[in-house]
Amino acid sequence: MNEVALDLERLRQEIGEVPDPEVPVLTIADLGVLRSVEEVAGRVVVTITPTYSGCPAMSHIAERIAAVLDMHAVEGEVRTVFSPAWTTDWMSDDGRRKLTEYGIAPPHRAPAGDVLVAIRPPVHCPRCGSADTRLVSEFGSTACKAHYSCRSCSEPFDYFKEL
Amino acid sequence: MTTTTTTPLITFLLRTADDNLVLAQRLGALLARMPELEEDIAVANVCLDHLGQARSLYAHAAMLEGLGRSEDDLAMLRDERQFLNATLVEQPDVDFAHTIVRQFFVDAYQVPFYDVLCGASDPVLAGIAEKAMKEARYHLRRSATWVVRLGDGTEESHDRTQAAVDLLWRYTGDLLALDEIEETLVADGVLPSLDGVRGVFDATVASVFAEATLTLPTDPYQRLGGRAGVHTEQFGHLLPEMQRLYRSHPGARW
Repeated sequence: MNEVALDLERLRQEIGEVPDPEVPVLTIADLGVLRSVEEVAGRVVVTITPTYSGCPAMSHIAERIAAVLDMHAVEGEVRTVFSPAWTTDWMSDDGRRKLTEYGIAPPHRAPAGDVLVAIRPPVHCPRCGSADTRLVSEFGSTACKAHYSCRSCSEPFDYFKEL
Repeated sequence: MTTTTTTPLITFLLRTADDNLVLAQRLGALLARMPELEEDIAVANVCLDHLGQARSLYAHAAMLEGLGRSEDDLAMLRDERQFLNATLVEQPDVDFAHTIVRQFFVDAYQVPFYDVLCGASDPVLAGIAEKAMKEARYHLRRSATWVVRLGDGTEESHDRTQAAVDLLWRYTGDLLALDEIEETLVADGVLPSLDGVRGVFDATVASVFAEATLTLPTDPYQRLGGRAGVHTEQFGHLLPEMQRLYRSHPGARW
């Protein structure tokens, strides 16, 4: 491996550690928001993809990445791409484990097929593990979460919804 | 500011962006006014998705235009006749039923519409559509669920929802109408055919309304014109409220 490639790999790791401001237990690498770190004509191009079209965290994430580049005195830019569209299926296993520990139920596999009758398998309570839970609302405290409640331990919790 | 729209693609992007922005403006005005907390959060989320879609589309239109205008300029410095949204999205929130029925018609349209746009030859537009389609799908799950719950609910909720359908149906034609802009884009290979969108929309409406015990108006009248900038009176009230802050402080930045 040559020197440039080594630096890029290190840079990629460090950029990947940037946390999601809304779910700080997850990094942008865990989420699959960080797509690539490449050298293009002597500049570093960092490509990210939004979780949702209107995700207010994207500009914050881009600033944090730019700060990492600055810290290493690396000339570069952050690009946002939409395709292929982000899916929760890209979330790392490590990310899923961290989410559960944080008290958020990790996403099921994204559904395919008829949009009106997508039936979600039971969501397990991240606190007591029970599958006896109920959906309170498809929309939670952030765009990516649904609001659930556990019938076994009576705790409310967030579910990182599959997309 | 006067707008000279230069290509059919830019016009098309503005139409789609305007649909999303104007709807987002309506939804944003409902924050803290929804009937229950969960719905307040839901409407905020849906609003944000539409706003995000609008921003991406404006930014792309501004880039293609190459006149140095920003996405904010397109949203905030165009006048009423330059807005190309379907008149449906500017209709006011008379009650919760109107909010839900308006949303349902938009969602039932956007799912097949964005599906077609995923095949656009312009990779940026195709990417925006791919993202937006996922959002439209869960928007539709929510609004369709509510239409059934309200329509097949109490006598009061049924009657109010039917009244909303009777009022709003005439504005759906704007969403589905195709004119020379779309025809040119399809003929030039920029977009795949949009002919199938209406069929999917009609089928979604028919199946959800059957379950919701709602009926479509028998009067076939459709009020068209939004795509050419001819709006309803309601838009004249919405626009200055939306643009006032930006226009009051020219050049201000966050």
